[in-house]
Amino acid sequence: MTDFLQLSFAGLALGALYALVALGFVIIYKATGVINFAQGGLVLLGGYLTYNVHHTWGVPFYLSIPVAMILCGMVGAAVERVVLRRMVGQPVFAVIMVTIGLLFVIEQVVTGTWGFNRLNMGDPWGIKKFTVGDVQLSVVNLWTIMLAALVMAGFFLFFRYSRLGVAMRATAFDQEAAIANGISARRVFALSWAIAGAVATLAGVMLASGGSGLSPEIEFVALLAFPAIILGGLDSPAGAVLGGVIIGLTQTLTAGYQPRYADWLGNGFSSVMPYVVMIVILLIRPYGLFGTKEVRRV
Amino acid sequence: MPRLRNLNMTLRYEDDLKLFKSRQSRLAMVALAVVAIALPLSITDDFWLSVLNYAGITAVGAIGLNLLTGYTGQVSLGHAFFLGVGAYSAVFFGGTHQWPLPLWLLACAVMGGLIGAVVGPFALRLRGNYLAVVSLGLVFLGIHVFTNWDSVTGGPGGTSVAAPLKLGPINFGKLEVGNYAYTRNQGFFLLVWAIVAISALFAKNIVRTRPGRAMQAVRDRDVAAEVIGVSLARYKVGAFVISSALAAVAGGLFGAYQQFVTPESWNLFLSIQYIAIIIVGGVGTIFGSILGAMFIGAAPQIVDKFSGSIPLVSRSPGGSGFHLTVFQLNQVIFGVLIVLFLVLEPRGLAAVWLRLKAYFRAWPFSY
Repeated sequence: MTDFLQLSFAGLALGALYALVALGFVIIYKATGVINFAQGGLVLLGGYLTYNVHHTWGVPFYLSIPVAMILCGMVGAAVERVVLRRMVGQPVFAVIMVTIGLLFVIEQVVTGTWGFNRLNMGDPWGIKKFTVGDVQLSVVNLWTIMLAALVMAGFFLFFRYSRLGVAMRATAFDQEAAIANGISARRVFALSWAIAGAVATLAGVMLASGGSGLSPEIEFVALLAFPAIILGGLDSPAGAVLGGVIIGLTQTLTAGYQPRYADWLGNGFSSVMPYVVMIVILLIRPYGLFGTKEVRRV
Repeated sequence: MPRLRNLNMTLRYEDDLKLFKSRQSRLAMVALAVVAIALPLSITDDFWLSVLNYAGITAVGAIGLNLLTGYTGQVSLGHAFFLGVGAYSAVFFGGTHQWPLPLWLLACAVMGGLIGAVVGPFALRLRGNYLAVVSLGLVFLGIHVFTNWDSVTGGPGGTSVAAPLKLGPINFGKLEVGNYAYTRNQGFFLLVWAIVAISALFAKNIVRTRPGRAMQAVRDRDVAAEVIGVSLARYKVGAFVISSALAAVAGGLFGAYQQFVTPESWNLFLSIQYIAIIIVGGVGTIFGSILGAMFIGAAPQIVDKFSGSIPLVSRSPGGSGFHLTVFQLNQVIFGVLIVLFLVLEPRGLAAVWLRLKAYFRAWPFSY
């Protein structure tokens, strides 16, 4: 039982991390209909920007995060303005590939600037832990869960009550009708990329803190967040969070129990288990658990 | 209207479907074949030969992907998986069981096709973005299987591929004509580019006939295609089968040429590279797949060769200030190429080539 609780908590924390990455995907997809493969690059950039603001510019850690979020958001908006804006109306495949191309560029700019070495984020929580009953809770995991919950609540309030949020929803629903009502689709697009950049920064910081250190590898988390967003449905923030938690739990529980009960599946099966779950769920519900079913017209 | 035949006009639909539209194009093909046979004789430099060999192997896989993505419109990020299937088929049938060349190549194609037939039906249920991400999952599952199926794949450390390269009396690994002995690279060049030619002809014949038109109808609007009587199941799955069979042949050749394969080489980056090839070459053109493969295949090696004279680039990581290694520079070039082609020339090198051809054909009235 202790094992199970411990694994579940780790799964929840991992899920929260996936959810943070997934929310970045979802907001861009919702507003612009683009799956942003460069999201991993933004996570990476966000992490390194925070490092830079904190260490090189000497800003206190808690302040450096919002500064980096703003910077990374600006980069996101700039990318949208310079590259993605030209891709409006192009086939899905072309847009996906443009974002992949961007990922390659961002990745190399980051490693070219900050190098490949593992850097210490300098976060105040480090590897601190405390124990509840028999279960150990690490501080970084609690922060991750809390931040994911906060961001989700923020998204909910933003989309529900703010003018911009409603404008974004309208644009996602029907671009032409939204434009006809005086909503600037351009602003909505740029804003969605900016928000994605900011959320990606949070994900980057959480990935690199808690003793794991900042290294170029953190961008791969975006690949593992794919099952989460697909599972929840590409255009549903709540789905992203739920998908993240399901995938996180699946992964840690598989890691905990598969070697004992299903060893024939091979070493490291837990890292591909999310994809198995994703494929199975998609076969049952082709648009994810909460995704909007696409209406097809001839 | 016989008098008009000499002008560059297509008057009848049958003419439009022809493989070779004019005598010139037939002559050009013959000339190309002669060049292909003569080329390995005149190039003895192993560097350029290996660049061309890898480009040829890649071209076979790219033709397959172009049938699937360019003609049928099914975005697949799982191409690397099928290449891996082919490579391990070569390991198993060619290496372990020492089947002769045509048989193990065929076995690669069959294995690829079979697994393509298993994966293909996913495309019936999933569309666009969702299909792309599922095929991405396939790559990770593939690496997991390749890593853990030790008895065939040799586990994470990889395995050597000793597939025979003999076709009857001709041994492509050690070709001798008269008293002239070809090197392994030269012999392989002939083998690879012969297979490229066969694959290109095969693909071209598919796309210019009924199945090809059906595939393009599926690509342009699948519901509409279904309404006019194109069976989606048949053509989507069929496209997957053919594309993965070609990918597996390319993978098998890759294994046989490189003589060693590791599970990690069938990764997402390889899939992305193939997509980049068809984008740069030209989506929905067979010729473009070959052009793209030569371009994307050769660029990194050429950058590597001449990296000494490029500013801000060093051979190894480390040092201070902003600088890139050769590997990083290649990644950047690769990324920028994809973005530039998609934004500025979405129809790829093939379109550039057609424009050039049109320019010279209409010369001196080229406006």
